[in-house]
Amino acid sequence: MGFIVNPLAGLGGPVGLKGTDGDDIVREALRRGAFPVAQQKAVEALMRLSTIVPSLRVVAAGGAMGEDAASDAGFLPSVIHRPHGVPSTRSDTISAAAAMAHHGVDLILFAGGDGTARDILAAVGDRVPVLGVPAGVKMHSAVFATSANSAGLLAASFLAHEPATRLRDAEVMDLDEDAIRTDRVSARLFGYARSPYERRLAQNAKAGGGPGEDAALDATARQVASAMRPGRLYILGPGTTTRRVSDALALPSTLLGVDAVLDGEIVGLDLGESELLRQMKGHEAHIIVGVLGGQGSLFGRGNQQISAEVIRRTGRERITVIASIEKLIALSGAPLRVDTGDAETDAMLSGHFHVETAPGRRTLVRVVA
Amino acid sequence: MNAILKQYQAPVWNEPVIMEMGYPGRRGVLFAPAEPEIRQQVGDVSALIPSKLRRQDRPALPEMTEPEVLYHYLRLSQQTLGMMGISLFGTCTMKYNPQINEQMAWRPEITELHPLQHEDTMQGALEIVHEMDLMLRELSGMDQFVFQAGGGSEAAYTNCAVTRAYHASKGELEQRDEIIVTIQSHPCNPATAAAAGFKVVTLMLDENGYPSLDALKAAVSNRTAALMVTNPDDMGVYNPEMKEWVRIVHEAGGLAFYDAANFNATMSKLRPREIGFDACMFMLHKTFGAPKSGVGGPATGAYGCSAELVPFLPSPLVVRDEGRYRLDADRPQSVGKIREFLGNVQVVLKAYAWTRAMGADGIAQASDISVLANNYMEKGLLAIRGVTRSHPEATTPRMEMTRYSFQTLKEETGVDTHDVQNRMSDFGMDPLWQSHEPWLVPEPFTPEAGETYGKEALDQWIAVIRRISEEAYSNPELVKTSPHNQAVHRLKPGATDDPESRAMTWRAFQKKRLRQARSGTDQMRAVVD
Repeated sequence: MGFIVNPLAGLGGPVGLKGTDGDDIVREALRRGAFPVAQQKAVEALMRLSTIVPSLRVVAAGGAMGEDAASDAGFLPSVIHRPHGVPSTRSDTISAAAAMAHHGVDLILFAGGDGTARDILAAVGDRVPVLGVPAGVKMHSAVFATSANSAGLLAASFLAHEPATRLRDAEVMDLDEDAIRTDRVSARLFGYARSPYERRLAQNAKAGGGPGEDAALDATARQVASAMRPGRLYILGPGTTTRRVSDALALPSTLLGVDAVLDGEIVGLDLGESELLRQMKGHEAHIIVGVLGGQGSLFGRGNQQISAEVIRRTGRERITVIASIEKLIALSGAPLRVDTGDAETDAMLSGHFHVETAPGRRTLVRVVA
Repeated sequence: MNAILKQYQAPVWNEPVIMEMGYPGRRGVLFAPAEPEIRQQVGDVSALIPSKLRRQDRPALPEMTEPEVLYHYLRLSQQTLGMMGISLFGTCTMKYNPQINEQMAWRPEITELHPLQHEDTMQGALEIVHEMDLMLRELSGMDQFVFQAGGGSEAAYTNCAVTRAYHASKGELEQRDEIIVTIQSHPCNPATAAAAGFKVVTLMLDENGYPSLDALKAAVSNRTAALMVTNPDDMGVYNPEMKEWVRIVHEAGGLAFYDAANFNATMSKLRPREIGFDACMFMLHKTFGAPKSGVGGPATGAYGCSAELVPFLPSPLVVRDEGRYRLDADRPQSVGKIREFLGNVQVVLKAYAWTRAMGADGIAQASDISVLANNYMEKGLLAIRGVTRSHPEATTPRMEMTRYSFQTLKEETGVDTHDVQNRMSDFGMDPLWQSHEPWLVPEPFTPEAGETYGKEALDQWIAVIRRISEEAYSNPELVKTSPHNQAVHRLKPGATDDPESRAMTWRAFQKKRLRQARSGTDQMRAVVD
């Protein structure tokens, strides 16, 4: 298992900064007396892990970037990358993750926030499974376990090939930090990592317990695709869920972009707001989106191209949301979020929304701004 | 609550499969050869069987004596893991089933009954069915019950069939294609709705532990065929807004069905019809004292409805005319058959005997005790380290059961609800029941105290959980490798789902083992060992 700690993750939160990306911010956080929490969380996760797989071979980044925490937790880590200076930087994270992928680790466990997830994704893509110990200030990505202990348990069951533990596509999202510090929220979808999750099953002995969320999502996507009518413009939001709709139509798609379909053909890939508005002219428009990130974002985070104006012109009743029931349950009762930047549109979207979870099955989920 | 834990060790027999037992030539019963006269008259007996139906080889049956067979099955019965001790299976309402009721069900008046015999010759059986109908009407406020369904799911399916027929009679079936359920309803509600061709709309829960009225309002439309809801739900949470729910659904033109799977908490306290429901379902094999018998029945889902829906009920109905009982099958709007004949009449008889013996006061008391017992248990269980409750902030009381979670225990010790379940069997206790899927609450468990067990048994159950929690914090490996005192060790996760290592018949077993012997793998062997 590869192990990376972003020693500066979570530094900003307690001192009122909304993240620690960038040297200036780190210096400011340390000046304000911030205490690094990532180290402590990392040790906690590894201690839990070591009780289940004590003989695990850990490949860590050097010093505060993993080696220290792994040693504290009782492992004898081999060091694969030494950070060039103190504090370490983003490029250290990227180099360490790339080296781990090259080394052939089964999983990269990291302690950090969205920024760390994004850097690891940049290095390894979907080649190596990634799991996050939540330690950052911002955690919109879906690669994080619910707590340090849970991360340790989940990593252990994945590495032990427990059948209830599977891999899924998990959004890696990160805020534009310059924007957030001026109180303007804007999160982007950077891509998808493969991340382990535990299916909640009545029998952990069941290897699969049914076909699982992939089959349900594929079937839903086929149903949504077959419900498309001629002359209507279908706007497909970013992500792997909506990509299943494109796949069902045997059409190309962009993973992170917004695509548009008309009469069974692609009329635009990776469209921006103005292009969407142009395409919508003269057509009844429909929007098809998935639920993005670990916090359950519907609009405004990761799919800003589908702007308030695009949503308003489409109308609430022409929006189709697709998500697996597992993803909705993982929100633990929290509502879905909309944040389009326009209060009126947010209000229009608030309330209860129908989410397609399987063919002929919809779940009502609360949406708040 | 200072129960002393019982020392327990299950017998370990390492019993082979019966097909692997026996000795050549050994027999249980030796039949005398037929007398010469008979042989002369009949001739070659095997020739009586048409040649195409006659088997070529002798059947490969184990060759054993009668006592050897009896010992074998006795030993197997001793290795049973469940139904041996205190059994607090949530949503299953485990009750003691009085022996006298069993005895009555074994009387020839029931066992020798032929479903096609003339109704004049089975007036007694029909009387029991009709009287049970009347008692359930009294408890529910409905106008007619039918006992055809062989379980709760079939009763829920009956409701979907009736819903279909009702809307079809109004010419609205095509438009009304949606059934609304909640995520914590009895799982057969969405399942039967889908099986009957409806689309399913599911409501999630809010902080109170039940869905909000706003969610319901957003769900209803002119496509709504019906609401199917279980209350108290799968977590023992009672939704107090049911009257308003029914009003909203009726206003939208839908029917409202009350799945009373968890009726123990409310029996004699409320009548579904008085809340406004059009139909309801009771499980005679749970609430009404007939055996639950694990899963697999025989069971009976009693389905009742308002006068408006009676024409659509399955046929025949047992009716009383001028002091005589008859089967009414002349019902043109009926949905037809849900199951053959009258359903499991022996279960109806046991429930009838139970209900008569309990009486109205007894039923009210049983309900009180089951709610009191659950809340007593909740006090004890929540005092145990690592145990929490679902929706801890909700102020509504839990009724006859409570959904708990071992998530804290798991995060702090690595011991999960499966481990606790396995360890419980080491104390001669029936393993806990977790939850229906999907698991809204992680690492769930759901005991239902019921009215059968005394306070001592509940204390014993709590004491076992407390002990396992202590073990989890001091020696988690002990729990994770359990059971230790049982007839079998823990099954390796996943193996049960691999078709290559499982066989449902001896023939399939032999075939798979042969195949594996050829390919050099030996998974099948491992199963027998």
